Amino acid sequence: MTDDPPIAPRRSRSGWGRRLVILAPALWLLLFFVVPCLIVLKISLSQTVIAQPPYTPLLDLSEGLKGVEDFVSGLSVESYKLLGSDTLYIMSYFRSLMIAALSTLILLLIGYPIAYGIARAPRGAQPVLVMAVFLPFLTAFLIRIYAWINILQREGLLNDALIALGVIKAPLVWLATDTAVIIGIVYSYLPFMVLPLYASLEKLDDTLLEAAADLGCPRWKAFWLVTVPLSAAGAAAGALLCFIPIAGEFVIPDLLGGSNAMMIGQTLWTEFFQNKDWPVASAIAIALLVILLFPILVYERLQLRDLEER
Amino acid sequence: MRKGLSLFNVTSIALGLAFLYLPIAILVIYSFNASRLVTVWGGWSTRWYIELLHDSAMLEAAWNSIRIAALSASAATVLGTLAAVALIRAGRFRGRTAFAGMIYAPLVMPEVITGLSLLLLFVAINADRGFWTVVIAHTTVTASFVTVVVQSRLVSFDRSLEEAAMDLGCPPLKTFMVVTLPLIFPAVAAGWMLAFTLSFDDLVIASFSTGPGATTLPMRIYSEVRLGVKPEINAICTVMITVVAIGVIGAALITRRAERRKAKEAVAAG
Repeated sequence: MTDDPPIAPRRSRSGWGRRLVILAPALWLLLFFVVPCLIVLKISLSQTVIAQPPYTPLLDLSEGLKGVEDFVSGLSVESYKLLGSDTLYIMSYFRSLMIAALSTLILLLIGYPIAYGIARAPRGAQPVLVMAVFLPFLTAFLIRIYAWINILQREGLLNDALIALGVIKAPLVWLATDTAVIIGIVYSYLPFMVLPLYASLEKLDDTLLEAAADLGCPRWKAFWLVTVPLSAAGAAAGALLCFIPIAGEFVIPDLLGGSNAMMIGQTLWTEFFQNKDWPVASAIAIALLVILLFPILVYERLQLRDLEER
Repeated sequence: MRKGLSLFNVTSIALGLAFLYLPIAILVIYSFNASRLVTVWGGWSTRWYIELLHDSAMLEAAWNSIRIAALSASAATVLGTLAAVALIRAGRFRGRTAFAGMIYAPLVMPEVITGLSLLLLFVAINADRGFWTVVIAHTTVTASFVTVVVQSRLVSFDRSLEEAAMDLGCPPLKTFMVVTLPLIFPAVAAGWMLAFTLSFDDLVIASFSTGPGATTLPMRIYSEVRLGVKPEINAICTVMITVVAIGVIGAALITRRAERRKAKEAVAAG
């Protein structure tokens, strides 16, 4: 027997174990997620120099208060002025948001019937179907985009198939178009749309639909008035889970899109890796974050509400 | 939801799965194409697999990716599971909303922003960029995915088991190890696998956070793909798909056997 009291407290509310459980992930994320974002903000207010690291001012704490003063007076909003004055950047943001919005809409239209179908499948088949939707996501994303290059190129399988079916007479240009980018995005993000939708449809209470039917409501109308509103939270979660990362997407437009018009993720990549302009790249990141702040906050609210409901 | 599939339901599922799997199937078939021209069928051949075996740069990149993915997935599983326990089991604590916000943010954060911010951190603290910085970056991004997976399992199981153990004087840590962990183990394992594949697949964050000498497989594939379509890439793809498929089916079989055994034990005990 130990010296523990016969009836231990139901939950130790202030034990070191509990503190560790909270502090370990919190400190990790603070150091490797929050602090880095603040550094991006700081560097977006710096200026490019040819040096290592390639920006100025540097915060020199060894000089005490004077170091901080020098640092603050050295900050500038040059990079943001550049973003605001050059239509290249503005167009790039605009394009990214348009493509993200259009892709998300298509994802909803394609994803809803699939999620609905899975939710109505026999109970035993559901885990298998969910896994089947999720499995492609687990196999090399880059390579799945590469697969579409094979399909969409001029002598590719899509043109071959369409010509064989008699839909078109001469091969069409698919690759390096916005259509190709949207196909690639829809293909890659489909699981992220289907799974939250399925989760909300699966929970749906049938008695509501039965009640609607008993009261003489036709099935299609019951679908619109009962099923759709009750799955709205799942649809919103899925849409945000797709829209936000798509807006900053780099790989898909880079491999499937044209070289003349870039999405903002590509612009950031180019500024950083090719032009080596760290302050402008940082300013692009911060401005994108500000644009996406509202959808990110809505997404966080949905997640938190989900957490509290359980 | 009411069960029973209409023709419309079956068609949407079938079309959806066809859309998801057709490109992969085409890739696998073309990896056995004898012709160098990707669009011309030149008969069956395994020559691209043999060339792949002799591509030492590709193999080295693959080995880097496997090690990075295994290490970062393990670290992310520990951190992500702790975070899930903190969210579901630790009750209310000061800053809980901020804590949850911090956990969920990496799920949607565009990769270019996360990658850039981590790189700037590594530069600011003067860290040598390479293998370990990629491990840290991947741990940070994938831990949140582990949390989501583990959290959904934690909320769905019967809490009274843990409470019974604690009422009988079992200390919290031991309760977690002998009661909670075995119960949530399938989710923890699934979280690890998800973290592994996310890391193994990542191009953007790795490109930002790596340094000389630590090229990952996606970085290598990306530079090859940019030069044009190469049949060898199809062969790598097929190998990766096979590995993932074996892993997933294996994991599914193991959990099913464990659940069956548990059910049998329950019947025997009952």
